[in-house]
Amino acid sequence: MEHLIELKNVYKIYQMGEETVHALDGVDLTIDQGEFVAIVGSSGSGKSTAMNIIGCLDVPTSGTYHLGGVDVSTMDDDQQAEIRNKMLGFIFQQYNLIPKLSVLENVELPLLYAGVDSGERRERALASLERVGLRDKGKNLPSQLSGGQQQRVSIARALAGDPSLILADEPTGALDSRTGREVLKFLKQLHQEGNTVVLITHDNSIAVKAERIVRLQDGKIIYDGDSRDPRAVVQPHGEDEEEEVGA
Amino acid sequence: MNFTQSFRLAIKSLTTSKMRALLTMLGIIIGVGAVIVILSLGNGLTGMVQQQVDKLGINMIQAQFFGGTADRLPDPEDMYDMVEANADILTGVSPYLGVNAVVRHGSDKFDRTNLYGVSEIMYNAATGYTIDGEQLAKGRFVSYMDVERRANICIIGAYLEQEAFDGDALGKQLSINGRPLTVVGVLKRNAELEMLPGSQDDQIYIPYTTALEIMGSRWVNLYIFTSTSGETADAGKRIIEAYLNDFFRTDDGMWNYFYITTMAEQANQINAMMGVAMGVLVAIAAISLLVGGIGIMNIMLVSVTERTREIGVRKSLGAKRKDIRSQFVIEAGTTSAIGGLLGIGFGCLLAKLLEALLGGMLVASMGASGITFNATPTMGAIMLSFGVSVGIGILFGYLPANKAAKLNPIDALRYD
Repeated sequence: MEHLIELKNVYKIYQMGEETVHALDGVDLTIDQGEFVAIVGSSGSGKSTAMNIIGCLDVPTSGTYHLGGVDVSTMDDDQQAEIRNKMLGFIFQQYNLIPKLSVLENVELPLLYAGVDSGERRERALASLERVGLRDKGKNLPSQLSGGQQQRVSIARALAGDPSLILADEPTGALDSRTGREVLKFLKQLHQEGNTVVLITHDNSIAVKAERIVRLQDGKIIYDGDSRDPRAVVQPHGEDEEEEVGA
Repeated sequence: MNFTQSFRLAIKSLTTSKMRALLTMLGIIIGVGAVIVILSLGNGLTGMVQQQVDKLGINMIQAQFFGGTADRLPDPEDMYDMVEANADILTGVSPYLGVNAVVRHGSDKFDRTNLYGVSEIMYNAATGYTIDGEQLAKGRFVSYMDVERRANICIIGAYLEQEAFDGDALGKQLSINGRPLTVVGVLKRNAELEMLPGSQDDQIYIPYTTALEIMGSRWVNLYIFTSTSGETADAGKRIIEAYLNDFFRTDDGMWNYFYITTMAEQANQINAMMGVAMGVLVAIAAISLLVGGIGIMNIMLVSVTERTREIGVRKSLGAKRKDIRSQFVIEAGTTSAIGGLLGIGFGCLLAKLLEALLGGMLVASMGASGITFNATPTMGAIMLSFGVSVGIGILFGYLPANKAAKLNPIDALRYD
């Protein structure tokens, strides 16, 4: 079977003044359809860069990235936008809903950019809101909802375009532990329904909710395997555990 | 595809911050308003000139004689002969003598009254107007026989009838330089004007032959010709010119011996002058539009910065450069279009106000009756101003929109 995600020898190198930073230092990673993977690492480990590259928001300095069998590592801005639109659903830490648009309009956005006509757009957006249990909030503005509800709206938005991959970047970071758990439960449910979910977090206690953990340190993968393996959550030497959120 | 949403978003952001929106649009409002006012007033003035020309007759040709080095001027008889010889183009000619004389009625002296010596051609019985645009209220105008006989008759203005004859002048007499003349006609009052000494209602027409006798003069130096139509006026002018060049034995006597001008030429001259004046004013108003455009560009740059995160989110959801660009261009266009609509409304109101304030005065200064000043902008002017304001929004919105379109999605998403 073809891998959904296939990173081969990926480097991302930044020039910061005199210093050269290897944010990703020769990463090889494959993720298959239907997996639930957590990419874990402390700040500076390269997990954000990995998420940017997997999310087609950035291109690697060298190496190749195939998403759904297509080489996206050499695409330009607009081609990447199209890939994001068709294949990816983002869930952000700060929800990133557009405050002036209603909940329904926010959920419609990916469909709008896909060129779906207004009737179908509305229908699919409502169906997506239904899945997160917020169908009746469509006319509200995001600011009228609680943090947990806003995050669910952003999940509905990520699902609306029926993406191949759901990419969640610290999705519980801005939530209290109870609503954080709810969101995680929802991601798990999405996975059980057959979606591919990639979760990016610094928090081991969240990472273990996934089936597979990929741990990054200094731009390199130092662990890749089952989340139930005790080695998956072992802190590497010389690294401070960051403040834990949730449980 | 996202036009309606961009449009609604633009309206939304305009209504949520009204003060900012108003200030942004102010330059456009003032600029478009000024253009509308200028074009409306210009339109009104052109309309007045046109009405004047239509009333007086577009087929009028005026010929003035200076004589140059010649010791004599053409006789009225010569003029009649020339008209008769060119009857296919010229239909008539009337001398038009300005007379300096003392007008008395009993012991009253009217020293500001305008006195003209004319022929029967002055009055067109078919239209009911004189070449000057006057109408008869009662009685008759100068006739051919009056001219032949140097009849002692006159036609007076409404002011004189009121002041000298208490509103009943027909058949009564007044004296000009001591010569008694019988009133045979009274002109209609020029309604828009106050009746004042020396005004348009304070005038007397007499047969030009009588006028020549009163002045003790032989020469008529101003004639008014009529041609068969407005189209033949130029041909008529050339005939008269050729005749006069021949008469004065010169190759080109224009300006030295005589000066001929058609009504159409005069109207064109006035219109051309007004066109230049309007062009200058519109150019000044255009500066305001430019400033308005820069204001829009400024606020759009601010808006792009404020909404960097929104742009990042949209890009992450699959918005392409052109999607973001068109969103901001539409927003800028909408802002300036609304500014343009407000400016058009404001300009129309101001034009109507000016029409009410200045209309009477302008008509008076044109010195004609039955003419109206109508400062209504043409549909073309409105469409043009609207188009220009939308165009300015798009033009000045493009740079900020392009800046937004080129934002890197990662940077935009991380922006606080």
